[in-house]
Amino acid sequence: MPATEAAASPPGRIAVRRRDTGATAGRRRARPRRRSTLTYYLLVAPAVLLSALVVVVPGVLTAVAAFTDWDGIGLKARWIGFANFSSILRDPVFTTALGNNVRWMLLFLTIPVAIGLLTALLLLTRPRSRTLYQVIFLVPYVLAPITNAILWLNIVYNPLSGVVGYANHHGLHLGEPLSGLHTAIYAVAAVDIWHFWGFLTVIYLAALRQTPVEQVEAALVEGANGWQLFRYVYLPGIKSTLQLMWVMIIIFSFLAFDYVWLMTQGGPAHATEMLSTYAYSFAFASFQFGKAAAVGLIMSLFGLISSFLYTWLSRKDLNA
Amino acid sequence: MRGHARHITAVCGHVLLLAFGATALFPLLLVLVNSFKDSSAVTANPLSLPTGLNFENFRQAWSYGHFQRGFINSFILTFTAVVVVLVCSSLAGYVLAGKKIRIWPAVMIYFMVSMTVPIQLFLFPLYFGFSQLHLLGNVAAVGVVIAAINMPLAVFLMRTFFLKVPKEVEEAALVDGANTFQLLRSVILPVVSPGLVTVATIVGLMAWNEFLITSTFLQGDSSMTATLGYLSMNGTFSTNQGVMMAGAVILVGPIIVIFVMLQRYFVEGFVSGSVKG
Repeated sequence: MPATEAAASPPGRIAVRRRDTGATAGRRRARPRRRSTLTYYLLVAPAVLLSALVVVVPGVLTAVAAFTDWDGIGLKARWIGFANFSSILRDPVFTTALGNNVRWMLLFLTIPVAIGLLTALLLLTRPRSRTLYQVIFLVPYVLAPITNAILWLNIVYNPLSGVVGYANHHGLHLGEPLSGLHTAIYAVAAVDIWHFWGFLTVIYLAALRQTPVEQVEAALVEGANGWQLFRYVYLPGIKSTLQLMWVMIIIFSFLAFDYVWLMTQGGPAHATEMLSTYAYSFAFASFQFGKAAAVGLIMSLFGLISSFLYTWLSRKDLNA
Repeated sequence: MRGHARHITAVCGHVLLLAFGATALFPLLLVLVNSFKDSSAVTANPLSLPTGLNFENFRQAWSYGHFQRGFINSFILTFTAVVVVLVCSSLAGYVLAGKKIRIWPAVMIYFMVSMTVPIQLFLFPLYFGFSQLHLLGNVAAVGVVIAAINMPLAVFLMRTFFLKVPKEVEEAALVDGANTFQLLRSVILPVVSPGLVTVATIVGLMAWNEFLITSTFLQGDSSMTATLGYLSMNGTFSTNQGVMMAGAVILVGPIIVIFVMLQRYFVEGFVSGSVKG
């Protein structure tokens, strides 16, 4: 092995070897490299194997379980074909959940994106206060969903001791946002958006800052106004980042779970039911792991479509 | 005239930024203010300032939220996840950046696809496997699961840092007769150590804040993380808002301090995973 060889040889020999002719040096370099191909496979193995063991193997099992009546407790399961899927598709709660996921997606594709873009553009021309604002905007994003959800539940939405309750008692009638059939989903989404938009500000700002200074200066010399500067100089530069964020928002919208489960558990009367909470209830409330797996598989289908989009948008990385 | 208009635009911009900043911080300020008040004072007016600095709420929250045990469990969980991710992702990132194996594009595509696999696709059989192996409630084992979920992002981040290592440095070391492990330890790791800090920050944050996996796999009082302990406190203590808010301060305070200290790495971690040039 090269290691022992290096240890055994005096430093002088190595220095001499460097002065060898190109051909000999090349041959000597090639040998240890070919030998260590196995080493390189071993280096990449832990990451791949761990991910495969936790994600792929159980993922394949889910795909199988979706066609059985597995209860998740024992190893007994009967093959029942598409029965899980047909009963889910006939369930009105599934339609509600899917509709809520689509509504969630539309809310997240617009509101946080608009706020993120606006604040990023404002910070672009304010290099001195930029860092401070970025830190402030990111604070909700770095806090745990559990603490964010509980603090909103208790101090904002609580009808007895929260700000909403206080407003109700003092003439400003806000009702009970989380208990209303039509308002609950927006009340939950508001908290998730509150926690998320600062992330987009930081991403968009980083992308905007990659725009070459010369292009901006040239446009200003030509007399471009603010809108033209954004439309023709900045927008083309951040287009791929905007697209990528939209794809990621679509993926996350079909997986949204944390804030919904923490704040309403899908209620009241399924008004905030999402595919994720629907699947979770099947598995851990009624022990229908087969049905839960079927919903998980349907969710993954949306994820898979978006993931193809994501891979396609990131294909540049492969050539880096 | 033109200068005047520009001045007005600048003021409007500042007002907007201040308003958004206030929106981000307002609920957190409410938490801080109410953590010093007793429950009747919170109910009377959640917007009023406390009359004094009363730390009784914090004492109660600390004991009823079982924060001592919770913080120890959260540390074990986060530490396991970070160590596993750092070791695996730096090794894989090195191989992928140098295109050292022929199937490197396949490995890249594998990680890209697995990054977008929803947790619900593997959660249920994984839960079954954990219960069969009697690992439910094992904090370190759940840390490994969280490491595996964050692996793709970490590998991509580490790969971009390894791409910054000049090829000549590596080749010179190989010519000098260093083996792969010597090369990694004494030549490459010093160059990519900022990458390791970035990955550790991001994965540490993910592990500390995780909800779906931890709440499903860590049932029972002895394995609860700090956030799960707080969640269970919400069920029994939701009538005493002062104590609940003190609990929130105990959880949120340290995270904000760490975030402000390491904000450069947080921002770099968020951005390098998401900005396409």
